[in-house]
Formats: sequence, structure tokens, C-alpha cells
Amino acid sequence: MTTEMICAGFGGQGVLTIGRFLAQAGMKEGKNVSWLPSYGPEMRGGTANVSTVISDGPIASPIVSYPDVLVALNQPSLDKFGPMVRKGGVIIYNTNMCPRGCNRDDVQLIPVPMNDIANEIGSSIVLNMLAIGIIIGKTGLVKYETIEDELKSFLQEKNPDLLDKNLQAIKKGIEIGKQYTSVK
Amino acid sequence: MQVIAKRPETLTAEPFTYCPGCTHGIATRLIAEAIEEQGLINLMAGVAPVGCAVFAYKFFNFDMAEAAHGRAPAVATGMKRGRPNMHIFTYQGDGDLAAIGTAEIVHAANRGEHISVFFINNAIYGMTGGQMAPTTLAGMKTTTSPYGRNPEDIGYPIRMCELLSSLVAPYYIERVSLLSPGDILRAKKAVNKAIQYNKEERGFTFVELISTCPTNWGFDPDKAREWAKENMLPYYKLGVYRDKGAGVE
Amino acid sequence: MSKILMKGNEAVAEAAIRAGCRLYFAYPITPQSELIEYMAKMMPKVGGTFIQAESEIAAINMVYGAAGVGKRVMTSSSSPGISLKQEGISYMAGAELPAVIVNVQRGGPGLGDIQPAQGDYFQAVKGGGHGDYQLIVLAPSSVQEFADLAADAFDLADKYRNPVMILADGMLGQMMEPVEFKPAKTQEELDALANQHLSWCICPNADGDAKHHHEINSLELDPEILEKKVSKLYEKYAEVEKNEVRYETYNLSDDNEILCVAWGTAARVVKSAINELVAQGKSIGLVRPITCWPYPYEAIASAIGPKVKKVYVFELNSGQMVEDVMIAVNGKVPVDFWGKLGGIVFTPADIQAKLEACF
Repeated sequence: MTTEMICAGFGGQGVLTIGRFLAQAGMKEGKNVSWLPSYGPEMRGGTANVSTVISDGPIASPIVSYPDVLVALNQPSLDKFGPMVRKGGVIIYNTNMCPRGCNRDDVQLIPVPMNDIANEIGSSIVLNMLAIGIIIGKTGLVKYETIEDELKSFLQEKNPDLLDKNLQAIKKGIEIGKQYTSVK
Repeated sequence: MQVIAKRPETLTAEPFTYCPGCTHGIATRLIAEAIEEQGLINLMAGVAPVGCAVFAYKFFNFDMAEAAHGRAPAVATGMKRGRPNMHIFTYQGDGDLAAIGTAEIVHAANRGEHISVFFINNAIYGMTGGQMAPTTLAGMKTTTSPYGRNPEDIGYPIRMCELLSSLVAPYYIERVSLLSPGDILRAKKAVNKAIQYNKEERGFTFVELISTCPTNWGFDPDKAREWAKENMLPYYKLGVYRDKGAGVE
Repeated sequence: MSKILMKGNEAVAEAAIRAGCRLYFAYPITPQSELIEYMAKMMPKVGGTFIQAESEIAAINMVYGAAGVGKRVMTSSSSPGISLKQEGISYMAGAELPAVIVNVQRGGPGLGDIQPAQGDYFQAVKGGGHGDYQLIVLAPSSVQEFADLAADAFDLADKYRNPVMILADGMLGQMMEPVEFKPAKTQEELDALANQHLSWCICPNADGDAKHHHEINSLELDPEILEKKVSKLYEKYAEVEKNEVRYETYNLSDDNEILCVAWGTAARVVKSAINELVAQGKSIGLVRPITCWPYPYEAIASAIGPKVKKVYVFELNSGQMVEDVMIAVNGKVPVDFWGKLGGIVFTPADIQAKLEACF
């Protein structure tokens, strides 16, 4: 199976990290992965996006034409990438920054007030981990434990408090994502 | 038979290709002598320029690289960094060093590369037939400044020793001339010092040698030397611009 | 050794260090800056030399100097910077110096943009600098291959005393994929590498040996002698053509109705499109040149199966490789081309539409 994903948002919202952690985890679980960021001036405060592919087989193109999963953290990203999502795919979007929402009816929409939830957990910077949680809660793309290991190796020494908040955010995300697994 | 003078071991038997009366030959020989006197023949390598000394790679009796026009200091940098136990010098003319290769010389000097640079300034492009050099004097006629160099139009001649002296890193910078026997002896001392500092890994060393180009200036060699003394030396002041080894900063 | 998730720019740098490269000279430019940054960080740790040169021109001439003293050396840049290096590349080809040059291509001409492109094919394969010479040109299409070809590039450069270019693009430079590195050279191997060129390179005279006079040089004013020298280069290139052609074939069969030819990043996208169409029961094959020079002419010629009605070339340029494909096809079937310009990478959907229209 191959899952193609686009994560997009404002520079600084951590979209590249969403893709990176998922790719890293996929690799640790023995899958083929690719991670292709947008780069250049648009990264300096503009919109950023990353295409991530996780597959059991070899990955041909790392460029994603029809994503199975879109994570849109703001309205411009939702407007740009929403129409590209494969029929039957999933669009996870941040209702705090997507006031107009998305009008597709042939995909599964997962609207989440991500800023509100991140702030409740205690920091807006865990927003990207919340998104990872939603993705894996919904799709089972990678295991929670793999992401946890990744995060621990990254943060345990440097910032244990932030690690804790990040793990909370992922767990919360998984909870949300799971609510959508039975719905079609 | 008693040998009074002979070719240094550091020169090959290849005849020089310089014009009769040109002081390039003296400069080439002084460098070869200094390398022999410092006992560096087995550890020395040089970089030849594009210009009248383009065949310098044939003259020196050790390993030599021929560089693209102006790039000798960059080539020397790669050589020195690649074989730090060797000692490297470049031999460059005024077009090579002060025009097309300005960036390379300034930055090699600024990095304080452990190389020696010998800069032949004869105020003209010799090999290509007498065109204006960055060091051509104001008012001086050449084939590309047929009405005389007009500083209002093309700027004043560049003084490389002064320019490089504004940098912190260079270890030794001196301007000498090859215009009289006395000057040549002083030039020999300067060239020797540069090679000695090179041997001792002191840092970047630079010797500018004021030279003549009788062919392209259109003078006989004697007149060329006199002309240079009268016209070049007032503008290109001889002397030590930097010698960290002797406390001249 | 386990896999590491890495950007192509970093992977090629790490692979070069593992292959024994201890000298690297370059100038920053997007989209290859991670490469120079990786070298800045790692070279001091392995006792190597990193210099951020004052220009691309200085960098390539430092490479000339370091190659002249017989050491493994590399530089990298992106398209506009590679143009600046052409002078030095021509000199190195003329002086027969081994070195590796990485081009992480971006959109051109001129300053262009910084998105992935393949517009430097002609420059790399057909010349670039002045005079009669050839570079060996390797075109990776994944991060793993980018890293693998770095090691191969040094071996080829040393074997043939010729500059080798790795022709990648912004996408390969910027994307991350898992990569598994070959083991780093041992000290013994490094020592052997350091001494492999002593018969011709600039090096000290050992005590007691006959004195040598090695010249690193591309100048020869006698036309008769220069002609002989250049002819010798072409004898060498003929050897390279005989021994070093590399390519990948994908989904080739006698049922192929279309044969695609694409290289590097473009080939990956074409593969995705082929996968979609194969699932629909169509038969399309692909030849991907890995060496753009020497070019796999015969591989393409022999891949034209009995049912192939068209050879379709896809590139991220205006059709620069098409000439080589036409030489290979030699009029047997029509050759078509489609590409994107300006640093736009075509999508699998784009290619799929083009291929569907052929049926």
C-alpha cells in the first residue's frame, strides 16, 4: 500500500516537521518513504508545504498529484490543495485558520480547532504533533510507539517538558482521528 | 676548471622565452636561486600564470602547474591545502594578478594562505602585444590606450602592495625593482625572505617586482630602465609594506 | 549499517567523505546550500579541508590545484554557479585531472529560479566549456543513488583522470529519503588513495629518487602536438564509452506500445505514470540513462520492441536529450517530446495524460 500526503500551512506552523516525523517513523517500520519540501523564499514567512509518501513498495515519484491525505493548517493551503485530494481521501484541516472550510463531499473531512486544542495543552508549538496524532489515529499509517521513540530521542534530554506536551498532543490527536475511523 | 657561476639546480635547461632585455628573466632566476638556497627543491611547486611567464612551468626544475588567467592564487590554495607539506608559490604578471585575477589574489591574501606570490609589474600586457594593464601609468600610451591612459575614463593604476596591506592576514608584503644592480640585490633579499617565510610556514608572502618591457614600451633596455625609474618609481614606492617577522605591521 | 533519512544534498556530501574526499571548495547557492553546509560541518571532523571560496571560479580553480596534487577533491553548485565553473572544468579536462563536480540544477537561463530543472543537460553532456573534451556525467534519480554515484564518481575520475559531473536537481537535493551508506574508507585505503597518482601529480621528491618534473598543464602551442594530445583524450573517451555506459530499464517487454526515455527526477515521475497505466492494462516501458555521457544509445535502440509505435521523451527542459534519443532510435519509430520549463516539475498526472493520448 502507498499513502501519499501533503501537509501545508504558514511557514513556522511546523508542517515540514509533520512530514518528517511520519517519514522517519515509516522508515523505522521498514517502509519506503520520501519527503519533499517546498523551499526557497516562500519558506521565509510564506506558505510551506511538504509531500510525504510512505509505501510498502518502491516509491516512483515523490511528487504528489492526488494526495490520499491532506493536512491544511490554514485556508490558503486548504484552497490550494483541497481540490487535489483523491476521491475517498481525507482532508484534515485547522478550523481556527480555515474560516471558509472545504466544500468537497467526495472525501472525508476532519475539521479540528487545532490552535484551541494546542493552546489547551499548553503551547501552540505542539500543533504539528496534534496533526500527526490525527493522521495516525485516522489512518494507522505508523504506530504511536514509533513516533514516541523518535520524539524521545529528539527531546528527552533537551526539553523533557516539551516532550511531555508533544506526547499529550499526539495522544489527543489519535483520540480525535479514531472518532473518524468508523464514519465514512 | 673553476665554476664561477652556473645555472641553479632549480632551473631546467629550457631556454627562457622572454624578450631580450626584459627583466622577467632576472625575476625567474632570483626565485630559482632563493628556492635552491633554502634547500626546497624537493618540496617546492609553483604555479605559472597566463602572460609572459606562461612557460614558467618549463623553466623551474620541480613540479609546476599552469593556471588559467588570473587563477594562480586559487590553484595554489588547492595545492597547498592538498599537500600541506609542500611549499607553493605563484608567479604572476600585472594583467593576471591585478585585473582578471583580482578576486583570487585579494582573497588568497585575506585567508593568509601559506603561499608566496611574485608579482611582475611592468605596467603593460606583454604577451598579447602591449595592451593597457591595470598598472599602466596615467597618460601612458598602449595599443588599447592609444591616446594615453585617461584616469577620468578608466581609473588610476592599481597599487597592489598598498591594497593588500589593508588586509590583516598577509605576513609579508614588499615592493622592489629590477632596474639596477643594486635594486636587483635588494630584490634578491626580498625574494629570499618570502621563500624563507614560506619554508617556515609563516603565512602569506607577496613581493612585487617593478620590471621593464622594452619590446612593448618601444625603448631599448637601458632606456626602459631609465624610463621606469623616472615614471614608475614615483608612483609605485619601493619598500616594505608588511613584515610581521620584523615587526612591520 | 541502518538507513538514515537524509536530504540528497547531505547524502552526497556524506558519501563523498566516505569515499575519501578530504578537500572541498565551493560557494553557496540555492538549492545546493545544504551540501556546502554539511561539508563545512563535517570536513574539520575528519581532518579535511573546507573552504568557502570567494567565487565559483576560485572554487573550481582550487579544485584544479588540489586535483593537481593528486588528492580526491569535490566542488558543488547549482546551474548559474556551474556556468562560472566551466573555465576550470575545461582546463581540468585538458590537464586530465580527476575531480567530482555536483550540479544541483535549477531553472534557467540566467538567474532563472531555484526550482528543480534539467536545463543543463547540453552544458554537461555536449560541452559547457571551450574546446574538445568530455565530462563523465552521472544522473541520479533518488537520494540513495545520489549517494552511491558520489562514490562511483570518484572512482571513475581517478580511473580515467577526468572530471566527473553528478547532474542532479533541486528536487533530489532538497528531498529526504532513506539512504544506506557504503562503509567509509579505512585509513589504509585512504593512504592508498593519497598515493595513487604519484606518477604524474605534483608531489615532493622522495630522498634518493631521481628528480621528477611533473607538469599540470593544458597549454600546448604546437598545433601538431596539441592535436595528438586531444586525439589521445578521445581515445580515452572511447574507452569510457566502451566500459561505463549505465542505465536502468523499467517495465520493458515485447508488448510495450510506448517506450519512454527520461533521466533523473523526470524518470521517477514517469515511472509513477507508467504504474498507473499498467494497472489499466497498458504496456509502456522506460529506459533511464544513468550515464548521460557516455550515453546508452544501444540500450535505447534495443529497447524498441516490435509493438512500439512511439518513443516518448520527458524532461524538465525544452527537449535537450531528445537529440541523443533520436540518434539512438535512428528513424525506426517516431520520437516525441514533452517537458516543463521554468523549474516546474511535471506530475505523474501530467505524464499519464500525455501517455494516455497515445493509445
